[in-house]
Amino acid sequence: MTKPLINLNEINKCYQVGDQPLQVLNNIKLNIDSGEYISIMGPSGSGKSTLLNMIGLLDRPDSGQLIIDDIPTHALEEEQRAKVRRNNIGFIFQNFQLIPRLTAEENAALPMMLAGIDIKIRKQRVAELFSQLGIEQRLHHLPKQLSGGQLQRVAIARAMVMSPKILLADEPTGNLDQRSGWDVIDVLESLNTEGITLLVVTHDLQLGQRAARQLAMVDGKISEDCTKGEGHDQAS
Amino acid sequence: MIKLVDRWQFSLKVMAMYPGRTLVLVLAVAIGVSSVLLLTSIGEGARLYINKEFNSIGSDLLIVLPGKKQTSGGSLPFYSTTPRELTWRDALAIKQLSNVEFVAPINAGTALVSAGNLSREVITIGSTSDFLIVRKLVLAKGRGFYHSEQQRIRHEAIIGSKLKKSLFGDARAVGQWLNIADRRYRVVGVLKERGESLGLDMRDMAIIPISSAESLFNSTALFRIIVSLKQKSREEVTKQQIINLIKQRHDGEEDITIVSQNAMMDAFNNITQVVTIAIGVIAGISLLVAGFLIMNVSYISVVKRKAEIGLLKAIGASSNEVQLLFLQESSVLTIIGAVLGVTLGYALVFTSNAFIPYFSLAIPLWSTLTTLIVAVLISIGFTWFPAKKASSLDPVIAMRGN
Ligand SMILES: Nc1ncnc2c1ncn2[C@@H]1O[C@H](COP(=O)(O)OP(=O)(O)OP(=O)(O)O)[C@@H](O)[C@H]1O
Ligand SMILES: [Mg+2]
Repeated sequence: MTKPLINLNEINKCYQVGDQPLQVLNNIKLNIDSGEYISIMGPSGSGKSTLLNMIGLLDRPDSGQLIIDDIPTHALEEEQRAKVRRNNIGFIFQNFQLIPRLTAEENAALPMMLAGIDIKIRKQRVAELFSQLGIEQRLHHLPKQLSGGQLQRVAIARAMVMSPKILLADEPTGNLDQRSGWDVIDVLESLNTEGITLLVVTHDLQLGQRAARQLAMVDGKISEDCTKGEGHDQAS
Repeated sequence: MIKLVDRWQFSLKVMAMYPGRTLVLVLAVAIGVSSVLLLTSIGEGARLYINKEFNSIGSDLLIVLPGKKQTSGGSLPFYSTTPRELTWRDALAIKQLSNVEFVAPINAGTALVSAGNLSREVITIGSTSDFLIVRKLVLAKGRGFYHSEQQRIRHEAIIGSKLKKSLFGDARAVGQWLNIADRRYRVVGVLKERGESLGLDMRDMAIIPISSAESLFNSTALFRIIVSLKQKSREEVTKQQIINLIKQRHDGEEDITIVSQNAMMDAFNNITQVVTIAIGVIAGISLLVAGFLIMNVSYISVVKRKAEIGLLKAIGASSNEVQLLFLQESSVLTIIGAVLGVTLGYALVFTSNAFIPYFSLAIPLWSTLTTLIVAVLISIGFTWFPAKKASSLDPVIAMRGN
């Protein structure tokens, strides 16, 4: 057996709400292999986004280990976590999170800009991704001049621009009509077929069931972890 | 690390996004910078004016004063009562020194000068033919004194242009007679029109031979001796020679003070420079005001752009990088404002100089550089906390917006 790409071991996260502690992630253990396609479903407030943010190094666990590609990220300084995030992880959000004053091209190239990569290389890489995503005519548009589906494609291009190993999508279709939603999922799936590890949080059962591996969360725990064709596998 | 070009472009785009806000901040910085430059230019203008005055009478002069300087610091003499007077003979002895070129003893007093029924009370200077040379005075009409005349009491006078006008009007003065106190003098020369020279209005003066002045004022005590040197580089040596020489002539007592033109100029330079810096610092307060403005606006900007900050962190910007971005924004703003301010300052000084030629303003380079540096430091200082706040935002919460 090969080593998992992502390894969560006894991850706990607790928020203090008023004087009540709220256990948002409860002793999570999870292994994710390179190239997997995983959906995360569950009721609102069950901790799906928190789990995704944890894997994306946007959040720190109170306790437990999170190892990504052999890097013990829980032990890293903020500066190094930012670097791991920049090089290994692509994020896609429900509300796109594009910067309104920047063009589609500039938005998509932001992670490369942060990494100090030359503008020529950035333009080339973004043009490549845009044509792959079918938005090559939209390079110089501002976000307000684009449709929801196009905005999410720009966001996908931004997530992919550094060629990360892991793509994290938190309700990527939440703000889209069904048609564009399915289109976006098609794009994500095709990226997965090319090898990227894909985690999608969704409320849409139909979408969730397209994933090869489906996680269900309840009250900060992974209640179900089933892989297509292998049947159910009760999570610990 | 973000490339510098990219950081600049990022900042410029933010500025373009909020044009009103940008304009106010840029103007605040520009006004602050230009007011500092303008005020220091007045101080510097005064300094240059004084320097010009000094240089107009030559910078290679030594001034020998009777009395030993009592103060330890400073170069302007405050001397005690003269124990032994300084005389024309002392001056003649000084002239024998190897590095001394010209020596003008000065015996001065005020006297009533009259011609016909017109009269005027003016400063009357008794000196030698060297006087016109060391004070760089030029004759408009007539001639100066002959060397040999120093030895005899000759009743000849050189008068300033204003005095000439008030006594003789437009008529010819050279060759005419006038009275100084109760003595008659023949006018041999008229000075060319020239402005004030170090507080002395040379236009309203009469100059007579030293020997004649001694008997007119009934005193051989000199007010001072002006010495011009052949080689300026040997100034210190010559100074010591003069001191030794006079000491020897005054029974071993060191009772003179020698002030060099340079030392006096330095003293004035120091004073005006200190005053200029003080004015500049006071004007610098306007830069602080700009700093507070920038700080406020930065805080607002951080709140407004929470989602953007969260996103930047989510896609791999470190906290330091975020802080740097915000610092850079205010620096870019400040640099643009400062460049505008410098341009404005120089333009105002240029305009002022074109319209007021007799007192020219000059912005000292040190003031320009210091102001630029201070402006940038202030903007960084005042943006530090807003930027820190931005960098410490939790990306997950920040991305939810407000
Ligand atoms: N910063 C925070 N402070 C306090 N409580 C928080 C914080 N962030 C999240 N929570 C709480 O943690 C729980 C899990 O939040 P999370 O966003 O992970 O849920 P979710 O499963 O993504 O829900 P949804 O489907 O509505 O997006 C919620 O009850 C939420 O109120
Ligand atoms: Mg969520």
